Amino acid sequence: MSVVSVNAGPKRGWKSVSTWIGAVIVGIATFCALAAPWIVPYDPFAQDLGKRLIVPFWMAGGSTEHLLGTDQLGRDYLSRLIWGCRISMLIGVTVTVVSGLIGIAIGVLGGFLGGRVDDAVLFAITTRLSIPVVLVALAVVGLLGSSMTLLVLTLGLLLWDRFAVVARSTTMQVRNLDFVAAAWCAGCSRFRILAREVLPNIASHLVVVATLEVALAILLEAALSFLGLGVPPPLPSWGLMIAEAKDYMFFSPWVIVIPGVALFVLVLGINLLGDGLRDLFGARTDP
Amino acid sequence: MLSFLTRRLIVAFLVAATVMTLAFILTRLSGDLATSIAGPNATEADIDAIRKAYGLDRPVLAQFFDWVGRALTGDLGESYFFKARVSTLIAERMPVTFTLGLTGLVIALAVSLPLGILAAVRENTTLDRCVQLVALLGQAMPSFWLGLILMITLGLQLGWLPISGTGSWQHFVMPGIVLAFSAIPALTRLTRAGMIQAMGSDYIRTARAKGLSRASILLKHALRNAAIPVVAIAAVQLGFMLGGSIVIEQVFALHGVGYLAWESIGKNDFPVVQAVVLVLAVIYVALTMLADLMNAVLDPRLRGP
Repeated sequence: MSVVSVNAGPKRGWKSVSTWIGAVIVGIATFCALAAPWIVPYDPFAQDLGKRLIVPFWMAGGSTEHLLGTDQLGRDYLSRLIWGCRISMLIGVTVTVVSGLIGIAIGVLGGFLGGRVDDAVLFAITTRLSIPVVLVALAVVGLLGSSMTLLVLTLGLLLWDRFAVVARSTTMQVRNLDFVAAAWCAGCSRFRILAREVLPNIASHLVVVATLEVALAILLEAALSFLGLGVPPPLPSWGLMIAEAKDYMFFSPWVIVIPGVALFVLVLGINLLGDGLRDLFGARTDP
Repeated sequence: MLSFLTRRLIVAFLVAATVMTLAFILTRLSGDLATSIAGPNATEADIDAIRKAYGLDRPVLAQFFDWVGRALTGDLGESYFFKARVSTLIAERMPVTFTLGLTGLVIALAVSLPLGILAAVRENTTLDRCVQLVALLGQAMPSFWLGLILMITLGLQLGWLPISGTGSWQHFVMPGIVLAFSAIPALTRLTRAGMIQAMGSDYIRTARAKGLSRASILLKHALRNAAIPVVAIAAVQLGFMLGGSIVIEQVFALHGVGYLAWESIGKNDFPVVQAVVLVLAVIYVALTMLADLMNAVLDPRLRGP
């Protein structure tokens, strides 16, 4: 229970700037993800072998025709980057929904019921933490073949631990508060107390965890796709773009710099936003 | 203390047993293993022969208990692809993964401890905010990408470090830096929080009142208390690093356990895959127990009556 946060004047101002930066990045990414089919300048899947590895516009030999150049198969890099944003966001959000449902259900039950149920929940969390995520995800995709659905389900089944930990500890705190006792006295059912008293009061903590999980899922998807066992080609996942461009990186480093920077900035933006929300809600996300 | 240890041991054993079951189920997910081992060009007779040779024609439960029984005696089965004992394969590759993990941990601690202390001492200044920003940047860094960027810059353009392989200690520097990035944010935040809490405590006020030097207060009194959770988390982080090193081993062509697992996944060599999952999980459980023990040894308050 070591909470150290001193909200002095200057920190607040700085915090709000970083939160806004995060919000803007996430906003742009969400727009790109939703509007990708209409805003891409070219078809992200169309190959043009006559136009392979054109450099971005700011480098010598680049043109504004392909702003970020083209890849090793002549596909427009900007279009692939925007489409990749759609895939990253889609996977980040869906994995978080799956893992959130599992983790919140387990955590709230353990925290609310206590006793044997809570022991079982703690055991499940301990076991989950001992399982190497990347290795198991790779093994599942490797054995069953790569598809988006399988990837989302696998990561969702592996990443619920932080949701469970935070849902459990916050539920325990709320459970003992006066208004819950009042609801018991008023004769409310268990379910009603869970749904109307407990969940709304732990929701802010869970929103912060959700931002962290979206960021983590996006990073993991990129790593798995980079290893060739994530999103199947020719879908332009950023991890897959880096893997496909790897052979050319020593001669034209920009081919891996562009998708990598996009990935880094998106994850940073989500984390900045989550950090700001945590301060705003006064939420705790550490077990 | 003893009952605490026994409880921890029982839980550790149950966790290992559960992971074992999950690892077994995991490798049976694909359905018929014999077909996938035999490959696309195998005839029905080949597949039957493989099924017999590896005991896959027996009931699944019999296979499971056979595996558990053997694993308890340290026999993790035989690899289909490498035609060698799995335990030997893992033992051969483990030094590389451990060297990588320890290098990563040492680099992470060498960066996090000074950064965390600096941030705590200069709390709420620009320096503090810069340190927190570094932690956030580290958290957002895709490790495999950082690895590639280091290969281009430190390896190719500056020529300071070798790009891939395991020939000398220099080969572990770049992967170590990349692996350290995953632990730096958590360790820095924890050091900072611990130091801030320690600096606000009564014993520090006493030490100040006694007229001790600033360095002595910081390093002897505050750090010793702030280090307790950091040391414990460092052990847990090492566990995560060993499990996560699979990506970095692949990027830098380091032939450790992660690389072995990656090769085996591609070859449907399921005895190796399930064994690596189990071994990494057991190491993680052992490290978390070690962390609890260290906590108890370093902080008498946690030992209880």
